[in-house]
Amino acid sequence: MNSTTIRRWSQVHTWTSLICTLFLLLLALTGLPLIFHHELEHLLGEAPELREMPADTPHLSLQELVDAAERHRQGEVIQYFGLDDDEPNGVVAITAATAGTEPNASHTVMLDARSGEAIEMPAANGGILMVILRLHVDMFAGLPGKLLLAFMGLLFVVAIISGAVLYAPFMRRLKFAEVRREKSTRTRWLDLHNLIGIVTLTWALTVGLTGVISACADLLISAWRTDSLAAMVAPYRHAPPLTERAPVNDVLTIARQAAPGMQPDFIAFPGTRFSSEHHYSVFMKGNTHVTAHLWTPVLIDARSLEVTAVSRRPWYMDALSMSQPLHFGDYGGMPMKVVWAVLDVLTIIVLGSGLYLWWVRRRTPAIQRERAEATA
Amino acid sequence: MNWRQSTFALPLLIGLLSAVGLLSALLGDGGWDVTAWIGLGVPAILGCWPLLQRSPGRRA
Repeated sequence: MNSTTIRRWSQVHTWTSLICTLFLLLLALTGLPLIFHHELEHLLGEAPELREMPADTPHLSLQELVDAAERHRQGEVIQYFGLDDDEPNGVVAITAATAGTEPNASHTVMLDARSGEAIEMPAANGGILMVILRLHVDMFAGLPGKLLLAFMGLLFVVAIISGAVLYAPFMRRLKFAEVRREKSTRTRWLDLHNLIGIVTLTWALTVGLTGVISACADLLISAWRTDSLAAMVAPYRHAPPLTERAPVNDVLTIARQAAPGMQPDFIAFPGTRFSSEHHYSVFMKGNTHVTAHLWTPVLIDARSLEVTAVSRRPWYMDALSMSQPLHFGDYGGMPMKVVWAVLDVLTIIVLGSGLYLWWVRRRTPAIQRERAEATA
Repeated sequence: MNWRQSTFALPLLIGLLSAVGLLSALLGDGGWDVTAWIGLGVPAILGCWPLLQRSPGRRA
C-alpha cells in the first residue's frame, strides 16, 4: 500500500469514526444494561409476578381476557396479545387509544389468564429500563431518530472496515498483540486500539449491521404491509368496515391447524399494523432453534373465523427477525450475556482510544509526527 | 515463531472463531451454547489481557 492510499483510508477512518463516535458511545453505554434487561427487571421488581394458584386452575377464554384488558384500560382497545413461553399462565396485552396507534403510545400489561387480573409492567411503560431503551432505539425522536442512528451505524461499519485496512500498514513491523509499552502513551494506546479493534471486529460488525437492520424496522414493516400483506388481503379491498367481530376464543386452535408444526407467538387484532382491518392475525413461530425466530402469519377473517391466508414473510422480514438475537446477545444463556457485555466495554475502549488518538495527533504538527513514526 | 509475524493470520482465525460463536448458539442449546461461549470468549479475553497488564517501569 503506498502512502497516498494509506492517507486516503486514514481520512475515511478518521471522519467516519469522528462523526459516529458520540452516538456509538451512547449506544454502547445504553446497550450495556439492556443486555441484562431481563435480570434488571427482576432486580428492580418490575417483572410481573402472577399470584400462586393451584396448578390446574382453568384459563379464561381469550375473549374474556380481551374484555378484562379493555376494562382495565378504560377507553382503550386491544392491539396485541403476546404469549410467553416462560409464563404459561400469563398473556401480555398491549392496548392503546385506537388499534392503529403507534407503539410508543401503547400500554402493556400482563394478564393472569386464570383470573383476568392485570399486572402492570413498568419496564414496558416508561420505567427506567424503557427510558434507556428509548435512548438506545430512537433517542426519543421517533423515526428520524431511528434513521439517524441507522446512518451512524453505517458509518460505524465503514469505520471498522477502514480500520481493518489500516491495520496492515500499522502492524507491518509488529507482531500480533505486540504493545509497545516502553514508548509514549500515544504509541501504547495506538497498539491497544489496533489490537482490541481487530479481535472484536467480527462481533462489532455483526452487532453494528444487525443494529442498522433493526433501526430500519419501521421501513421494513411498512414495505411488508404494502407488498406482502396487501396482496394477502386484496379480496377485502372494497369490503365494508368491520362492525361485528366473532369472539377471538378459537383463533389459536384455528391457526395451529392452518400451520401444523408451529406454535402461536402473538395475536395482532384487526386494525393494528401487523394485521388488516378485517383480520385476526396469529403469528406462528417454528419449533426449532433457528425457525423460532421466524414468523408465519395466519390471517383469520374476524367475522367468519375462516383462514384466508397463510404465508411466509419476505426475506427482509426474516432478516429483521434474525437480527434481533444477533444484536441483543440473549440467545446463549448467562455466559453469552457476560461475554457480550465484555465485548461491549471493549468497543467503548476502542471508541474512546480512537478519540484520544485523533486528539493527540491533531495537536502534533505533521512533520514532527512523520519523524516520530519513522523512528517508531 | 512466524504466526505472530503474519499480519492477518491470527486476526482471521479469531474472526472465524467469533463467527462460529455467533452462529452456534442460534442453532441449539447445550454444546452449541458452549461453543458460542468459547468462540466469543476467546476474542473477549484477548481484548482484555493487554489492558490488565502493567507497563514496565510504570506503577499502576
